[in-house]
Amino acid sequence: MAIHKGRGFACINYPIGMNLGGDPSQALVHSTPDGKFMVSLSSIDLGQGMKSVTRQIAAETLGVPVSDVYVDTADSDTGPHCMGSFASRGTHRVGNAVIRAATEARKALLEAAAEELEVNATDLETDGQGNIQVKGAPGRTITVADTAIAAQFKQGRTLSGRGIFLIPPSDVDPDTGEMTPVSCFAHAALVVDLEVDDETGEVAVTEINSAYEVGRALNPRLVEQQLIGGAWMGVSHALYETTEPYYPDRSHGPVDFNTYLMPGPGEVVNHNIAVLERPAEDAPFGGKGPGEMCANPVLPAIANAVYNAVGVRCDTLPITPEKVLRGILANGGAQPQGAR
Amino acid sequence: MTKKPVQFRLNGSPAAVFVDEGQNLLDLLRRGVGDLSPKYGCGQGTCGSCTVIIDGEPRLSCLTLAETVEGQQVETTNGLADGPDLHALQEAFMENFAAQCGYCTPGMLMAAKALLDRTPRPSREEIVEAISGNICRCTGYEPIIDAILAASGQPTRRTG
Repeated sequence: MAIHKGRGFACINYPIGMNLGGDPSQALVHSTPDGKFMVSLSSIDLGQGMKSVTRQIAAETLGVPVSDVYVDTADSDTGPHCMGSFASRGTHRVGNAVIRAATEARKALLEAAAEELEVNATDLETDGQGNIQVKGAPGRTITVADTAIAAQFKQGRTLSGRGIFLIPPSDVDPDTGEMTPVSCFAHAALVVDLEVDDETGEVAVTEINSAYEVGRALNPRLVEQQLIGGAWMGVSHALYETTEPYYPDRSHGPVDFNTYLMPGPGEVVNHNIAVLERPAEDAPFGGKGPGEMCANPVLPAIANAVYNAVGVRCDTLPITPEKVLRGILANGGAQPQGAR
Repeated sequence: MTKKPVQFRLNGSPAAVFVDEGQNLLDLLRRGVGDLSPKYGCGQGTCGSCTVIIDGEPRLSCLTLAETVEGQQVETTNGLADGPDLHALQEAFMENFAAQCGYCTPGMLMAAKALLDRTPRPSREEIVEAISGNICRCTGYEPIIDAILAASGQPTRRTG
């Protein structure tokens, strides 16, 4: 009886969003009378950072400080339509909609400022600090707040914008079945090191090394955090989570957090991440977003590493101790595949 | 149903309430007192999101009978910040991106505070032990462990 080390590799080309009905999302942006901007979305932040990233995108496009932008995702009944937070589409689809809405709002903002400064709107620029100034004449300036007040109480103008992102529908070619399901891909490659106990069948992941290409990392710490958490979910899917009973029948199946197993803080795996940035042309500031693929490649990499360690090829998940032991038994013992 | 008067201190301030027979502390805090910081997760003591500190010890408020806190000190996440000044743990959770959806965060903070109150510079293993009763679905735990290390003035895996 022994502990066998194994190493597994997997890579992924991950589609961002989908093409069902053009995969649309809408965004609305409007200013409050004190010169702050509200972004209304129906794209829910599940913790992945939707609000933070759309806030950054709106601020960058409007040319105002991030602290002056608020994102409201409170109500899908009253907010603009969104397909939803899934399919790794949030940053890309919603971000593009926010850019369009914020671009329209910025145009209204500069037109209102132009009226106050008695110049042409095309001669104006924002400094990103809450001021609008005449290009080349920094003395001629008005704050975004004063512009909003003038628009609201003097000019009778809204500083608002509407945005929608819709990808061109792609029909299926009846002869070849060919279609364009997505607009861009993110990529990753991942190596998992683990140990398999051939006496208990237990698998312990010891280290993950990964490289993720997610377009521009719009918020690098959020990306890193999403990748760490997502890889944990991948380990959990690969080795722990199931509603099936281990034995002897369904009445012994997991019904709560005591019996539906997930790795805890004691099973945290050291995970080294390299984030590569290859901005996508059609993505908001090049950002594709990590999305679901932060979990996906972990599963095949673990399955490959288990095979490498003891020669057992598991093709159903999770890879429970029972499956590993049955595989070892069927093979007449552990069959380490060795280093390659 | 009989109501029973209970007096205790909530985050340092006196609280006097009537509790129902069999009412649990989580329900009392959320509905009776209006402190929504402890979260209802599983309601059976396995997820840890309802963790509060009672007389210095981390306790699962969903499994604590409300009437048993008579005369005791109860601490919740609501009591961590001092006016506009966040608690060191809150700052560290923020700096280390230790929250995603945020539902486990109040429980994690209280489990961590109970640990740091008695062990100001805990080892990584002690931290893991202290939060082992708290389930997080998003972060993979590493950022939470890092945040607690940082809050106690120790290097994290990230900072080395």
